[in-house]
Amino acid sequence: MLNYIWGAMILTAIVVASFNGRTADVAIAVIDSSKEAVTVALTMLGVVGMWSGLMKIAERAGALDKFSNGLKPVIKFLFPGLSSDGPAAKYISTNMAANILGLGWAATPSGLRAMQELQKINKNKDTASNHMCTFLIINMSSLQLITITIIADRALHGSLNPQEIIFPGLIATGFSTIVAVVFVKLFCRSRKSNKVSP
Amino acid sequence: MKKVPIYDSFTEGVKDGIQTVFNIFPALLGLLVAVGALRASGALGILSNLISPLTTAIGFPSEAVPLTFMRLVSSAASRGLLLDLFAEYGPDSYLGRLVSVMMSSTETVFYTMSIYFMSVKITKTRSTLPGALITNLAGIIASVLVVNWLWG
Repeated sequence: MLNYIWGAMILTAIVVASFNGRTADVAIAVIDSSKEAVTVALTMLGVVGMWSGLMKIAERAGALDKFSNGLKPVIKFLFPGLSSDGPAAKYISTNMAANILGLGWAATPSGLRAMQELQKINKNKDTASNHMCTFLIINMSSLQLITITIIADRALHGSLNPQEIIFPGLIATGFSTIVAVVFVKLFCRSRKSNKVSP
Repeated sequence: MKKVPIYDSFTEGVKDGIQTVFNIFPALLGLLVAVGALRASGALGILSNLISPLTTAIGFPSEAVPLTFMRLVSSAASRGLLLDLFAEYGPDSYLGRLVSVMMSSTETVFYTMSIYFMSVKITKTRSTLPGALITNLAGIIASVLVVNWLWG
């Protein structure tokens, strides 16, 4: 799927640019974006490294177990058949908690670990399992309660009441999460090929 | 809580984290290059113009269309567009409020998907993309409704 999307993006850019006479702009943009990727990755090295380090301490100290205990009913409901004491459940809970609190950078390491653990119990290694679909769709439904960055950006641009978007944001986020739960319950179910490995 | 060697654990975790960043770098680079090329080509503007009759028909402001697309791909690029809109229309305008709520109830679908699946080498993603798109569409619709209800 991503092969097609990426191919379509590149192809569209080239075709549109040649009609627009913007091929030179595109060439520059490609170089600039590559540099931007390095800058982003360097920032990530620091921040993701730091959060992974802290997470390792929390994991060894047993704090992640506490998290996943609290979220156990949610995990059981969303991921039927997944061991709620296993490492995958632990990382999924941590990722959800970090997302709910709006700690985007802290959510990434636990999310990637969750994917690795889910991959270990996945039967078809090139195909997303039901649990992976469920995890990612819930993750991408936007879980965070308060978006600090947007409130900050609003304040920066002279909003009289930057935090007035918290309540409508909560409603919209809640709605998208409900839709996500309904979707995964309907469509992230076993097909024949995946029946054995949930 | 157990007693743990905190510094050793920390450095070990950092090592894992760095490995992770290395693993996702190809996906990150590929995506940012594609987004950069799309923006520079003017394709986004054309796409917005094409679907703006449709969006205005359902009462969705056409100024917010490019942001809606960009939001799916890159959070840095969509934040850039958000700040442009704030600068032009003000964060307390109808449009400013709408895009604020929209940004907080949607996610960078393509970015998240490519990085998470790339890290475990999954190529067949099944219902993940349609699910994520429907969910984000729900977030957008809910944003419009709730902003109209509160300030419309």
